[in-house]
Amino acid sequence: MSNTLKNLTLKVWRQSGPQANGAFETHVIDEITDEASFLEMIDILNERLIDEGREAVVFDHDCREGICGTCSLMINGQAHGPERGTATCQLHMRKFSSGDTIVIEPWRASAFPIIRDLMVDRSAFDRIVEAGGYITAATGGAPDANLIPVPKPVADAAMDAAQCIGCGACVAACPNGAANLFTAAKITHLNLLPQGQAERFKRTEDMVETMDAHFGSCTNHGECEAACPKEISIDVIALMNADYRKAKTKNRKQLALK
Amino acid sequence: MSTTLDSKIPDGPVGDKWDNFKANEKLVNPANKRKFKIIVVGTGLAGASAAATLAELGYQVDAFTFHDSPRRAHSIAAQGGINAAKNYRGDGDSVHRLFYDTIKGGDFRSREANVHRLAQVSVNIIDQMVAQGVPFAREYGGMLDNRSFGGAQVSRTFYARGQTGQQLLLGAYQQLARQIGIGGVRLFNRTEFVDVVVVDGRCAGIVVRDLMTGEISSHSAHAVVLATGGYGNAFFLSTNAMACNVTAAWRAHKRGAFFANPCYTQIHPTCIPQSDDFQSKLTLMSESLRNDGRVWVPKVAGDSRAPHLIPEDERDYYLERLYPSFGNLAPRDISSRAAKRAVDAGQGVGPKQNGVYLDFAEAISRLGKATVAERYGNLFDMYERITGENPYDVPMRIYPASHYTMGGLWVDYELMTTIPGLYAAGEANFSDHGANRLGASALMQGLADGYFVLPYTISNYLAGWLNKSVPDTSHPEFSKVEHEARDRYHRFASVGGTRSPDWFHRELGKIIWDYCGMERTEAGLEKALGEIPALYEEFKKDLRVTGGTDGLNQTLEKAGRVEDFFELGMLMCRDALDRKESCGGHFRAEYQTEEGEALRDDENFAHVAAWESTGDPMAPQRHVEELVYEEVHFQTRSYK
Ligand SMILES: Cc1cc2nc3c(=O)[nH]c(=O)nc-3n(C[C@H](O)[C@H](O)[C@H](O)COP(=O)(O)OP(=O)(O)OC[C@H]3O[C@@H](n4cnc5c(N)ncnc54)[C@H](O)[C@@H]3O)c2cc1C
Ligand code: SF4
Ligand code: FES
Repeated sequence: MSNTLKNLTLKVWRQSGPQANGAFETHVIDEITDEASFLEMIDILNERLIDEGREAVVFDHDCREGICGTCSLMINGQAHGPERGTATCQLHMRKFSSGDTIVIEPWRASAFPIIRDLMVDRSAFDRIVEAGGYITAATGGAPDANLIPVPKPVADAAMDAAQCIGCGACVAACPNGAANLFTAAKITHLNLLPQGQAERFKRTEDMVETMDAHFGSCTNHGECEAACPKEISIDVIALMNADYRKAKTKNRKQLALK
Repeated sequence: MSTTLDSKIPDGPVGDKWDNFKANEKLVNPANKRKFKIIVVGTGLAGASAAATLAELGYQVDAFTFHDSPRRAHSIAAQGGINAAKNYRGDGDSVHRLFYDTIKGGDFRSREANVHRLAQVSVNIIDQMVAQGVPFAREYGGMLDNRSFGGAQVSRTFYARGQTGQQLLLGAYQQLARQIGIGGVRLFNRTEFVDVVVVDGRCAGIVVRDLMTGEISSHSAHAVVLATGGYGNAFFLSTNAMACNVTAAWRAHKRGAFFANPCYTQIHPTCIPQSDDFQSKLTLMSESLRNDGRVWVPKVAGDSRAPHLIPEDERDYYLERLYPSFGNLAPRDISSRAAKRAVDAGQGVGPKQNGVYLDFAEAISRLGKATVAERYGNLFDMYERITGENPYDVPMRIYPASHYTMGGLWVDYELMTTIPGLYAAGEANFSDHGANRLGASALMQGLADGYFVLPYTISNYLAGWLNKSVPDTSHPEFSKVEHEARDRYHRFASVGGTRSPDWFHRELGKIIWDYCGMERTEAGLEKALGEIPALYEEFKKDLRVTGGTDGLNQTLEKAGRVEDFFELGMLMCRDALDRKESCGGHFRAEYQTEEGEALRDDENFAHVAAWESTGDPMAPQRHVEELVYEEVHFQTRSYK
């Protein structure tokens, strides 16, 4: 059954552009039902701002079903807020109480520059995928799908990693701004599958090195796993590291053969 | 009056048409391909697969999306699965059966030749996606698993947990990313298509707005593909992502592309009912839940007892009762209307009495909680996050919501619109689903269009342009269209009224939902055709967009999209009014059987209505494409 929350104080980060100085702006929400989603609360705030002739708070969002990875808010210092395994858009007001003060900020990481207010640029993630986060399979020549049996446990483990929504919470939560969980999730998905073997080591090498060029380095804090809305296990990072080491020796061998 | 639309269907029996096309089409040789520039707008399943494949073939490809990354496209949200006529179960499936089911599911309002081609290439899609590493569900032996879906009696649906769309889109995105990485595709992200440029009767390029800077610019090309998704957000509340809109298709329509069957919209039976007035969207609960969930309402109207206190014999499992052979798997339009009837009759459940139950108690006792959790765990979790109720203990509450649009830009067999050189793919076209789409068939169609149809058909057009000059962006038509686009955004920013774009969208959506939703009547549609233009006038006078036209302004973006929904809304109602029959998702209360089922009029309406813009949104011109059935014969759709 629904309840009404009263007197919420929002401290919202406003910043007019990438180079501008930002600051918190305070708004009070007098009343809201706890059935509302967190982003619906921001919608209401924005309607009010427009009503007052002011500019709406800029924030990224789209599917509002926790799958597109667009929403990206730091809520009271936690990436995606207090509920475990939940993206910002799936967070509902029933997780808050009357009288709460809620601090809302953008992802903060040097690889994710702020565009405006709560919106950041996460295209460095795309660069990592472009470097090797795929299996080369040109359209047309694929063999019958059942010619490549994949044991169920392997398919399941690949799927566990493939669930990553590319939101960047792992980076935002990491004290070093590292993208290891994101990168390792993709590498694990592809490297576990039989189809992914041909490019396994080259993929790993190219992706890891592109990651290192954009992001900070991992020092095993584990904050990423705790923040991840898909609860991707930090084990994937161990797998990536192992494959990266092998990639280095494999490539040396290949060079020696030439 | 009516011009004849040339659908360019190839010769031969329906099963041979696609092969005949491929045998006779004009090709562009590999060395010449790089002389051609193709623009692909939209990077969902249809757009990403098209852009990647065209680049692999050697064309120069520029891809545009308003998202920050191609991976965000709305295709990502598809849950249930993708159909293919693989017959891996040996349960009697075949290309012909998938073809037949799709024609029948579409209530005999789709083009036979297109649907047959779709069924043929469906098998290649699964091969392609598996080769790319899509982690489809497997059996213990390592072979691919299947599930059944509404509207079919075979198990032909491939799935990746409840995240099939995500995994397919990531597959297509990765293939696109590879092309971006090696320079085959240039990607323009956070860039919105705002208009198409037509020179000498041919599509010469597009005009776009950089969402970060507000800059308007032109891009020329030999051919343009719009793969910009559906218009289900016309209803405001829908299962679509917030940014889904009709702008690309609508702008093309205003420049001469015919818009087909706008009244064919699909209302999905299993969504979480609305809980409050400022709700921003509705969430779909995958149709696959109907494999194990049982739909019911209390027999007596107004029964407000908790569900577990209502004894079996006081429950109405109405789908099982009315449609014994399909039961809870009856097609979407039929299930949706049945739910509406129950709620309208006062048997609705939940705090607002606006839902029906989808109950898993029987499945849990038959299969055990663990199996149910394995099949639907993530959906159950999602439901609990949104409603605060746990579906392992309490039945889910569901109600129909706008979900998919079968109507869209009219295209011929080659997926070309009525503007030469302008193509439409995926949900943006009207092509394959007739008046109703079967579950798990949109993903199939988007990937079919992008991977296996467009790459063949587009060369047939381009071959004719080899070594001929086409206008570049210095042509005055580009600056004229750019100018109009700038004026339009300045107009929104300078109205200085009192209401936000969202306010207007919400009000507009209510009108369309009430009169052009699950059930339509002549009087209601006439009423909507009075109310929408009136609200539109208010929009023009009373809109308030804060912030300027330079730089990032989400309120301004929204204003443009809402304006296009206004004009589309009028066309939807006009189309619904003129189609004096009921078929698939278009249910006119005046045309129903005694049992309340849709009553088609094959004599007068076995055609596609393709609308031409006249400049006056209230007076569009209707054209028809007659649908000729050579293989399948009309029958009354029955799922009893
Ligand atoms: C919740 C949900 C579940 C679904 N489940 C299933 C399912 O299980 N099985 C199934 O078969 N189907 C399902 N569908 C339907 C299916 O997902 C869609 O029909 C399909 O994914 C559409 O793909 P698309 O490529 O045509 O468009 P989209 O994926 O919508 O992509 C549109 C693209 O166009 C871009 N775009 C749009 N307008 C512009 C513009 N003006 N300028 C620049 N870029 C633009 C967007 O950025 C995006 O990249 C589901 C739909 C929903 C809503
Ligand atoms: S690993 Fe988790 S937190 Fe990181 S991008 Fe993927 S889903 Fe988001
Ligand atoms: S808006 Fe799509 S994941 Fe949150």
